[in-house]
Amino acid sequence: MNTVSLYAGSGIILFSLGLHALLIRRHLLRKILAANIMGSGVFMVFIAMGARGESGVADPVPQAMVLTGIVVSLCFTAVAIVLAVRINKLTGCTTLAVDEESSID
Amino acid sequence: MTELIVQQNWFVWMTLLPLGAAVATFLAPGQARWIGLTTALFLPFCALAAIAATVFSTAQPLTVGNWPTPLGIELRTDGLALVMLAVTALVGFIISCYALGYFPPRQHHLSRTHYFWPLWLFLWGGCNALFVSGDLFNLYVTLELVSLASVALIALEGGKAALAAALRYLFIGLLGSLAYLLGVGILYATYATLDITLLGEIISDSRLNHAAMSLMIAGLVLKSALFPLHFWLPQAHTMAPAPVSAVLSALVVKAAYVVLLRLWFEVFPALDTLAIGHLLGLLGCVAIIWGSLMALRQERLKLLIAYSTIAQIGYLFLVFPLARGEAMAGAWVGGVLLMMTHACGKAAMFLMAGTIHHTAGSDRISRLAGAGGPIGVQVVVFTLAAATIIGLPPSGGFFAKWLFINAALATGQWWYIAIILSGTLLAAAYIARVLGWAFLDVKRSSYPVIPWVMKWPPLALSVIALVFGLIAYAPVQIALIGAPVSVPLLVEFGP
Amino acid sequence: MNDLILLAILSSSLLPGLIIFTLPEQSVRLRTILNLGGAGVKLLLVAVLFLHVAQREYAELRLPLLPDMELVLRADALSLLFLTLSAFLWLLTTIYAIGYLEGSPHRSRFFGFFSLCVSATTGIALSGDMVTFVVFYEMLTISTYPLVVHRGTPAALHAGRIYLAYTLGGGVVLFFATVWLRAIAGPLDFRPGGVVSALDPTLYGSLTIIFALLILSLGVKAALVPLHIWLPNAMIAPAPVSALLHAVAVVKAGAFGIIRVIHDIYGINFSVELNLLFPLALLAAFTVIYGSIRALSQNDLKRRLAFSTVSQVSYILLGVTMATPLATIGGLVHLVHQGVMKITLFFCAGNLAETLGIHKIDEMDGVGRRMPWTMAAFTIGALGMIGLPPLAGFISKWYLGLGGLAADQPWIVLVLIGSTLLNSCYFLPVLHRIWFVQPRQNWPPSALRCGRETTWALLAPPLITAFLVVALGLLAHSFGSPLYWVELIAAREYGL
Repeated sequence: MNTVSLYAGSGIILFSLGLHALLIRRHLLRKILAANIMGSGVFMVFIAMGARGESGVADPVPQAMVLTGIVVSLCFTAVAIVLAVRINKLTGCTTLAVDEESSID
Repeated sequence: MTELIVQQNWFVWMTLLPLGAAVATFLAPGQARWIGLTTALFLPFCALAAIAATVFSTAQPLTVGNWPTPLGIELRTDGLALVMLAVTALVGFIISCYALGYFPPRQHHLSRTHYFWPLWLFLWGGCNALFVSGDLFNLYVTLELVSLASVALIALEGGKAALAAALRYLFIGLLGSLAYLLGVGILYATYATLDITLLGEIISDSRLNHAAMSLMIAGLVLKSALFPLHFWLPQAHTMAPAPVSAVLSALVVKAAYVVLLRLWFEVFPALDTLAIGHLLGLLGCVAIIWGSLMALRQERLKLLIAYSTIAQIGYLFLVFPLARGEAMAGAWVGGVLLMMTHACGKAAMFLMAGTIHHTAGSDRISRLAGAGGPIGVQVVVFTLAAATIIGLPPSGGFFAKWLFINAALATGQWWYIAIILSGTLLAAAYIARVLGWAFLDVKRSSYPVIPWVMKWPPLALSVIALVFGLIAYAPVQIALIGAPVSVPLLVEFGP
Repeated sequence: MNDLILLAILSSSLLPGLIIFTLPEQSVRLRTILNLGGAGVKLLLVAVLFLHVAQREYAELRLPLLPDMELVLRADALSLLFLTLSAFLWLLTTIYAIGYLEGSPHRSRFFGFFSLCVSATTGIALSGDMVTFVVFYEMLTISTYPLVVHRGTPAALHAGRIYLAYTLGGGVVLFFATVWLRAIAGPLDFRPGGVVSALDPTLYGSLTIIFALLILSLGVKAALVPLHIWLPNAMIAPAPVSALLHAVAVVKAGAFGIIRVIHDIYGINFSVELNLLFPLALLAAFTVIYGSIRALSQNDLKRRLAFSTVSQVSYILLGVTMATPLATIGGLVHLVHQGVMKITLFFCAGNLAETLGIHKIDEMDGVGRRMPWTMAAFTIGALGMIGLPPLAGFISKWYLGLGGLAADQPWIVLVLIGSTLLNSCYFLPVLHRIWFVQPRQNWPPSALRCGRETTWALLAPPLITAFLVVALGLLAHSFGSPLYWVELIAAREYGL
C-alpha cells in the first residue's frame, strides 16, 4: 500500500463519514461540519491524484481544483452558518423542524 | 455587419454581463431594478447573436485565458448550449419584467427583496456559464454558483419555513455536488483530463469508471430532484417568492439535468449503461405517476405546480433508457424539447400562481374561485400553460412525448408508453381540478389592481410555450449542431 | 394562387382571438369589430379558395415542425366542404353570440376562446396529414373547455369535467394510435385511396388494432354510443357554444376525422378488404336508433336536441361505412346539412331561453304566437331533421337509402325508416305544442321597437340558416352546392 492509495483511501473514508453524519445528525452545526468533512475527503482524493505525476513532480491541476473547491466550500459554509443562526434566532431550535404544512395564509 | 456579429465572443459576454450586473446591483441597490432590467433586455439579443455567430460560421471552441486544453477552460458552443442559453434568456427576461411588478420600489426599508436582483443575476450568469462549460470541473463550479444563488433566493422570504427550506436545499446541493466532484476526481486520476470531448474519446469500460459514473449521476440526480430524491423540491419551490419559484422550477433543475445529459451522451457512451439507464427510467416512471398523484392531492396551487415539476422531471429521465440504437436521436431531441417547453410553461404557471397569491392573499386552490373575473387573463395564462404541461399540441411537450413514444416503440419498450400516456391523463386531471376552481363564477368583494408587467409577460410566455411545437423546427435544428446524436428523429420499423 | 392563403385563413381567427384576450371587458366596439372582421375576412378568403379548388387547383403548404415531421395544410374538396361550413356558420354564430351575451360578464375570455375554437376547427378542415390533424384536433379540446364551463356554475363545471375526461381520454388514445401508425407506415399524408394499403401483409394485424383505436378515439367527439355521455351534459353551455359544438366544431371534428381515416389513410377498398367497416356500420346504426329513442324522453329542449345530434351524426358514419359511392354522398352531404339544420334549432332554442326564459318543452305551449319568426325557423329545421322533402335532410336520407340498397345491405333502409319515425315522434309533438296549443299564460310583451320578437342579432342567424335548409334541398344540384362537392369527393375516392 503506497502513499497515494493511503491518501485516496482516507479521503474516501472521510467522505463516507461525512455523508453518514450529514444524513444522521440533526443538529445544524454538526450537519455543516459533516458537509465540510465530506468536502475535505474529496479534496484529499484530488491531492492524492496530483501526486501521481511522472518524475516526482506533482500535477498542478488537481491542486488548482482543490483551491477552487475550498473557496466554494467556504462560501457554502458561510451561507449555511448564517441561515442556521437565523433559524436559531427565529425558532430557538438547532434543528430543521419538520412542519411541512406550516401555514402561509 | 455579419463579420462584426460573428467575431464577438458572445458566449463570454453572456456569462460576464449578468455577473457584472450582479456586482453592480449589489453596490448600487437604488438602481438595482434598472440595471437588472437592462441586463435582462440585453441577454436575449446576445443569445440571438450567439446563435447567429454559430450558425453563420464554423466557430472554433473557445478557450479562456489562452491556455490549451487540458489545462485551459474550454467553452462549449454546441447546439445544446445555444438553445439553453436562448431559453434561459427568454424566460429570464420575462421573469425580470414580472419581478419589477412583484417587488415594487416603494418597499425602501432594507428588506430582503432588496437582494433579489443581485442574486438573480448571479444565478443567471451561473446558468449561462454552466451551459457553455466544456470541462467537468468547470461544471462543478458553475453548478455550485447556481446552487448558492438559489439557496439565498429561497431564503429571501425570510420566514422560518423559507429559511429551513433554503438550508435543506443547501445541504442537498452540497451533497450532490460533492458526490459529483468525487466522481470527477476518480476520472481525472485515470485519464488526467477533464475535457468532455477528450474524455468521451478515451474512456473505457472499467469498474473504476463505473464507480465514477455512478457517483456523478447520483449527485446530479439528487440535484435535479428525481424520485425518490425529490423530497426537498416542493418545500424549496413553494417557500420562495413567485419569480424565484419560477426560476427554480424552470431553470435551476434543468441546469443539473443538462450536465447529466452531457455526461450521458458525450462522456459515458463507451460504458455499458443499460442497467443504470433502466434504473433511471424506472425512477422516472415512478416520479411521473407519484408526482402527478401528489399534485392531485394538493390544496395549495404552488405545491401542486411543484409536484407537477417532479412529474415532468420524470419524463426527462425517460431519455436515458429510450436513447439506444436507432432511437438515440429521437429520445435526445425529445428530452431537449421537453426541457425547453417545460421551462417556458412552468415559469408562466408559477408567475400566474404568484399573481393569484398576490391578489387573493393565499395560494389555496379554492381561492381561485372567481379568478376568472376582471383578472381573468391569469386564468387564460394558466389554461394555455396547462396545455403545455399536459402535453397537448401544439406545445413542445406534445412533440417531445411523440418522440418518446416513437423511441419506445422502436426499442420495444412498451411499458414506457403506458406510463407516458397515463401520466398525461393524470396531468390533465390535476390541471382540470385547478381550472374547475378558476372558472367558478363567484363575486369577489374587491379586485386588486395588477401592474401590467405582472399581467402580460406571463401571457406572452404561455403563448410561446403553447406554440413552441409549431416553431420547434429552428430550435431543434440549432440543438442538433454538434449534438452527440444525428437524425433521423423518427424511426420507422417494418414487421 | 398563393398557398399562403391557407395560413391567412388560419390566422384570420387566431390573431383576433389572441388580441381579444388582452382587451378589457368594456371595449365592446373594438371586440365586435375584431370578431366580425375576422369572420368576414375568413369567409372572403374561403370563397377565393373555394373557387380555385372548384377548378381543381389544390393549395398545399408544408411547414417544417421537426426534422422529420411537417405541418401540412392542404385544401382539397373534402376540406373545402367542412371549411366552408365552418367559416359560414362561424360568422352567423359570432353575430348570434354578440347578441346573446350582450351585457354578460367575461366576454373577452369567451370570444378569445371562441376564436381559438374556430381556428382549431379550420385547422382540422385544412389538415393535409394525420399529424396536423391530431395537432388541431387536440387544440380544439382545450379551447372548447372554457366555453363549456363559461357560465361558471357548479353544474357547468361538472359538465366541463366530464367533457374533459372523455375528450382527453380519447385524445390520448388518438395520439398513441397516430404515433404507432406513423412508426409503421411512414408519413401519413391524406391521399385518396389511402397510404397504408401497400404495407406488408404481416402488419395487417397491427393495422386492424390501430384502426379500432382510431375509431374509438375519434368516436368520442363524434358521440358514438357508448362514448356520447359528455354531449348531453355539455348542454349547460351558452346557446351559441352549443350551436357551434353540435353543428361545426366538436362533433363534426370527430366525424370528419373518421371520414379522413377511412377515405384518406386506410382507403375505402383497403378498409373493405380488412373487414373494418362492417362493425363500425353496426355501431353507427345502433347509435342512430339509440340517440333517437333517448331523445324521446327528454323534456329539456336542449337535451332533446343533443340526443338528436347523437343520432344524426351517426348518419354520416353510416353513409361512409357503406362503401358505395351513393351512400358516401349521402353521408358526406349530411355533414353539411345536419350542421345547418342543427344550428338553426339551437339558435331558436337559445332565443327561447334568452327572450322568454323557456328551457323545457312543456313550457313551449303556443310560443309560436309570441315568436312567430323564430318558431318558423325552428319548424323548418325540425322538419328538415325528419327528412321531409324538399328540405335538406331529405336529400341526405335519400342518398343514404339508395347507397344502402346499392351496397346490398337493405337493413340500412330499415334503420333509416325507423329513425325517421322516431325523429317525427320527438319533433312533431313539439311543433304541435308551438303552433296548436293554447298558451298557459300571457307572454310578456316585447319591449323592442315595432313589437319585434327579439333583437336582430338573435333573429337574423336562425332565419338565414332556416332559409338555407330550404335552399340546400331545393337547389341541391346547382354549382357549388354541398351535393355538388360531395359528388366530386366521392368520384375522386372511388376513382370514377
